[in-house]
Amino acid sequence: MIAHSVFFYIFSFIAIISAVMVTVSKNTVHSVFFLILDFISISCLFIMIGAEFLGMIMLIVYVGAVAVLFLFVVMMLNVAEQKGQWFSSRWDGGTHIPVGLLVSLIIFFELIIVIGGWKYKPDLLNSLSINISNEVTNTRSIGNVLYTDYILLFQISGMILLVAMIGAIVLTYRERAGVKRQSYVKQISREKNEGVDLVEAERNKGVKIDV
Amino acid sequence: MDSYFSILFTEVYKILFLLVPVLVSVAMIVWLDRRVWAFVQKRRGPNVVGPFGLFQSLADALKYIFKEIIIPASSNKLVFVLAPIVTMTLALISWAVIPFDEDFVLADINVGILYLFAISSLGVYGIIMGGWASNSKYPFLGAIRSAAQMVSYEVSIGVIIINVLLCVGSLNLSDIVMAQQNLWFVIPLFPMFVIFFISALAETNRPPFDLPEAEAELVAGYQTEYSGMMYAMFWLGEYANILLMCAMGSILFLGGWLSPIDVFPFNAIPGPFWLIFKILFLFILFALVKATVPRYRYDQLMKLGWKIFLPFSLFYVVLTSSFLLYFDLLPGK
Repeated sequence: MIAHSVFFYIFSFIAIISAVMVTVSKNTVHSVFFLILDFISISCLFIMIGAEFLGMIMLIVYVGAVAVLFLFVVMMLNVAEQKGQWFSSRWDGGTHIPVGLLVSLIIFFELIIVIGGWKYKPDLLNSLSINISNEVTNTRSIGNVLYTDYILLFQISGMILLVAMIGAIVLTYRERAGVKRQSYVKQISREKNEGVDLVEAERNKGVKIDV
Repeated sequence: MDSYFSILFTEVYKILFLLVPVLVSVAMIVWLDRRVWAFVQKRRGPNVVGPFGLFQSLADALKYIFKEIIIPASSNKLVFVLAPIVTMTLALISWAVIPFDEDFVLADINVGILYLFAISSLGVYGIIMGGWASNSKYPFLGAIRSAAQMVSYEVSIGVIIINVLLCVGSLNLSDIVMAQQNLWFVIPLFPMFVIFFISALAETNRPPFDLPEAEAELVAGYQTEYSGMMYAMFWLGEYANILLMCAMGSILFLGGWLSPIDVFPFNAIPGPFWLIFKILFLFILFALVKATVPRYRYDQLMKLGWKIFLPFSLFYVVLTSSFLLYFDLLPGK
């Protein structure tokens, strides 16, 4: 049990420190690396409370995919300079910090409500309609609930994600002129007589190719 | 407290017993790769150091150890040093869940296959960190390419794993192997095995998908600025990852430690040897692909991943699940 609590404190300590470092570190790429460290230590905490499926999904989805794209964006957009400006003394205007404060205030109140729920209604956890048994693995118990009782919500969330994906593609896709695309059908169905075109070239005029 | 320490020591002993053979076999596998490659091209390959050149990798390792480590002045020092360490660590920790035989596994966890998948998806960080921290154009381009490539091919590997899991009904790797006692999954899921093999090539940045380190365009990609032992760590991590992908392929499709047929001369050979044979078989396939196939263009790579592999493996999920449902073969009822 001692080892268990020691590891718990190590992981929570790392999680909190790295969460702080996400906001404090000046280099944006470092921020993202600390965010990844935070995700990893939180998934370790998930595994420690026995929710190994959630922990692994957290690793796969957040660390393996989402944070990679974060890194991508941060490295490509050169946000590093912007972030430096927020902390510099001659910070002029901009609406970042008030908005950030507002969001964190809202999250703070939400947390107070949640913790207040535990505090003043301790039997809240017992009022769950689902029986969680320790006999089956938690992957199976999540599946049992997700694909039976909540199948509608599950499918709706899938549809929402699909719509978001299509929306993102529609918003960013633009048709560009003059892009040469490879067409396998065209390449394969080329005949010998269309392959070579003999042209009488006039002097000092040239020939227009690639029509 | 005493019992706690004794547990700790046995675990450390087990870990060493696993890691040392893995590291040695990584060195040997590099030699094998070069030999197969040379064999295809009618060259000799490394054949000077030791019998058949077996100790070539050890000689190379010695050379790397004694070379100077150069850290570029404009690099981000900490991240630059961390990158090869991350690559190496991630390549080694995934061996913890690989079952070599019944009850011959370091950590027999319920979500073994998810763990493997998660760790292999983390592998991209070593490359991104190395590419970014070098603060140079070629490594950065290599890192960006590799990130996009690995994220895309992970998706299709995930869907292929779902196909296997539908037939097994468990995420535990030992259960996955035991479910193949009567029929290896390579037979009913042969198209998935082929796609898994190709995606594994892309996931480990092997030719024909070695765009992150395409030497004709990017010098050496993300490893351009690395030298000495740090380069060797990238290199070891890469080969350990390749071995891991081969192990994953043999566990998912080729029946892990099971012998092909359950009759005398075959089932007398212990399970770990079968697993090693299967890993070697897949690895030789990897090496043959490297020797024979030209490099893909980047748009072809993306097209293959997203427009061909992903829809096809999704279609195969539907096919597998409807087959299992129709013939009432669904596991775990």
